[in-house]
Amino acid sequence: MRLELGKIKINDVQFGDEMKVDKGTLYVNKAAIAELVLEDEHIKSVEVELAKPGEETRITPVKDVIEPRVKVSGNGGVFPGLINKVATVGEGRTHVLSGAAVVTCGRIVGFQEGIIDMSGPGAEYTPFSKLNNICLVIEPADNLLQHDYEAAARMAGLKAAALIGKAGLDATPDEVEVYETKTLKESTAELPGLPRVAYVYMLQTQGLLHDTYVYGVDAKKIVPTILYPTEVMDGAIASGNCVSACDKNTTYHHQNNPVIKEMYANHGKDFNFVGVIVTNENVYLADKERSSDWSAKLCEYLGLDAAIISQEGFGNPDTDLIMNCKKIEEKGVKTVIITNEYAGRDGASQSLADADPKADAVVTGGNSNELITLPAMKRVIGTLAFTDRIAGSFDGSMKPDGSIEAEIQVITGATNEIGFNKMSAVSY
Amino acid sequence: MSEIKVVHYINQFFAGIGGEEKADVKPELREGTVGPGMALEAVFKDDAKIVATVICGDSYYNENIESATAEILEMVKQSKPDLFIAGPAFNAGRYGVACGSVCKAVKDELNIPVVTAMYPENPGADLFKKDLIIVETGNSAATMRKAAPLLAGVALKLAHGEELAGPEEEGYIPRGIRKNVFLEETGARRAVDMLVKKINGESFKTEYPMPEFDRVPPNPAVKDMSKAKLALVTSGGIVPKGNPDHIESSSASKYGKYDLEGFDVLTSESHETAHGGYDPVYANLDPNRVLPLDVVRDMVKEGKIGSLHRYHYATVGNGTSVANAKKYAASLSKDLIADGVSAVILTST
Repeated sequence: MRLELGKIKINDVQFGDEMKVDKGTLYVNKAAIAELVLEDEHIKSVEVELAKPGEETRITPVKDVIEPRVKVSGNGGVFPGLINKVATVGEGRTHVLSGAAVVTCGRIVGFQEGIIDMSGPGAEYTPFSKLNNICLVIEPADNLLQHDYEAAARMAGLKAAALIGKAGLDATPDEVEVYETKTLKESTAELPGLPRVAYVYMLQTQGLLHDTYVYGVDAKKIVPTILYPTEVMDGAIASGNCVSACDKNTTYHHQNNPVIKEMYANHGKDFNFVGVIVTNENVYLADKERSSDWSAKLCEYLGLDAAIISQEGFGNPDTDLIMNCKKIEEKGVKTVIITNEYAGRDGASQSLADADPKADAVVTGGNSNELITLPAMKRVIGTLAFTDRIAGSFDGSMKPDGSIEAEIQVITGATNEIGFNKMSAVSY
Repeated sequence: MSEIKVVHYINQFFAGIGGEEKADVKPELREGTVGPGMALEAVFKDDAKIVATVICGDSYYNENIESATAEILEMVKQSKPDLFIAGPAFNAGRYGVACGSVCKAVKDELNIPVVTAMYPENPGADLFKKDLIIVETGNSAATMRKAAPLLAGVALKLAHGEELAGPEEEGYIPRGIRKNVFLEETGARRAVDMLVKKINGESFKTEYPMPEFDRVPPNPAVKDMSKAKLALVTSGGIVPKGNPDHIESSSASKYGKYDLEGFDVLTSESHETAHGGYDPVYANLDPNRVLPLDVVRDMVKEGKIGSLHRYHYATVGNGTSVANAKKYAASLSKDLIADGVSAVILTST
């Protein structure tokens, strides 16, 4: 499967009458976006606002971030099974409005939504401070239950991103990246001497607002399966979860999964990157056993020499991570795991809720409990009404002067576990 | 800043009093430097001065820890130091424990910077590395020439209130305190680089060495529940409506103790969840789903359970550090035992 990603660099975003890209500026039609979002009766109102890098702007509570993309050629459309019909994606050509994103925010769903600061110290911790964000401030219909509100907000974001993405259909990309994964038979024949590796991609599926979708299927109902890496780039995986902001993989993270990108970079030189095994993080022990057995079985079946395993979330999923690591190592497959830490505000606690000596190669996204003070911002997109209650904050987080003292847990993407950021942690 | 006043602690051997046969000498205060203090002062130059040296026999200290610590503290106080240094103890086990224990006491009581030095395998290092800065030394006094400048350097930094860099740069034994740092490469790149090294059998450095995991074996089953006094404890966040103690939705900094007297069942009017880690709809509609009061009341009436403790305990187990969870459990189980509770149902979410 071969995918061309045409990157159209977006340096600015403006409101305009038509959706288009002109000399690096993305023009979006506010009314058209609002109209599309309001098709859903679960949404009472929506405000469309723009947030740009360097502004004194705070976006909160952030639910999801989505990169606008459009399928130019090849099978299917973006977000198959959710926005477009279920068709296998990941081949042909896809255009990316690189540097732009849709951010869904507004009234809280489940306390695990985050903060994106466009400048100041908080901006250093989130990749989304560097993007030109089109924010949807959503107000749910009265008496809407949390999970119905989550579904409505999730679909609003994906629909808006798909609509905006179309502006890239006829634009000329600034660069074209090509990614290709051949069948196991072909790649083994072409790269006979190289070790075979895969990526074991754990998806947050604890349920009760902690779900992820694969081709539109709620991933807690899947058994581990294999994807071509390029399928992920066309939106095969979409976020639908309110796990803590710092370590939830937003849809943007899935679309731009850096593990996939970096494994491609070494493919053909250091190893043969054969594919992605997606698995879940369910809460029942039987599900954990089954899924980790299967992910290990698939590693064995593919004849792997090594694998990278990434986690999403913390606490309960630490057990899935360790089970996967242990069982895959027991199959004789070398592993590196990517996680993050909850070592307490003083950093003195044990960092994970589970551990095993086999997990001897760990990359960490940092300690989510570390405290930070975020200065007041001139403009707030969304609301500060819930700041004392979002995961990572505490009673009194919101100061009278508008500043916020909280754990970096509150910052969207701060301690990401697919290795999106440069942060790590060291022992002092 | 004027000259820093230092008190130095050493054992009988380094004071030149004698070896094992003199290990029972009692604490003694001498003015100025004794033994290894001279090597430290050479590094201090005019920045700091050892005003007094406390000497104590290793056997005496370890056999009389409480009284010896009190005596030594008194001596240290008299000299009104700005900084306290003990050792280096190298691989001398009882000396290492004494250095660690005295440093901790001085730090807690006098609230001044303290530092010691020893070999990482000295039992004193294991006991005190979490609480203290312990400069790493070789395993014998032959490494004094290397150890003294390192120890003196770290001591000066602490006295000046400077923040220490990492353990590798400064030469101290890691305390296991995790601090965030920004690196050159993304986590994904670091993971791929580590994988390539692991595949090729080259050495690589994990970013998080796995801890010794604290697994708690379950207690044996309660033989006769009809005689048990049962308590309900939950990390699922069930609290009286309005969350009176403001238990956080994540990273809970406390737990609450709540009266169940007068409640046959929990309702959406009386209770709710403070937990931010799951969809609260079903727990709020019927809080018994997380804290099963309704069933327990029935079973008490039926005689299947002896009695129910009057209070339930609740916290939020969402992003809450293992150290805090352990602390809450230690504290509330003392209460439970004092109240004669013989069985607990722990519910999580």
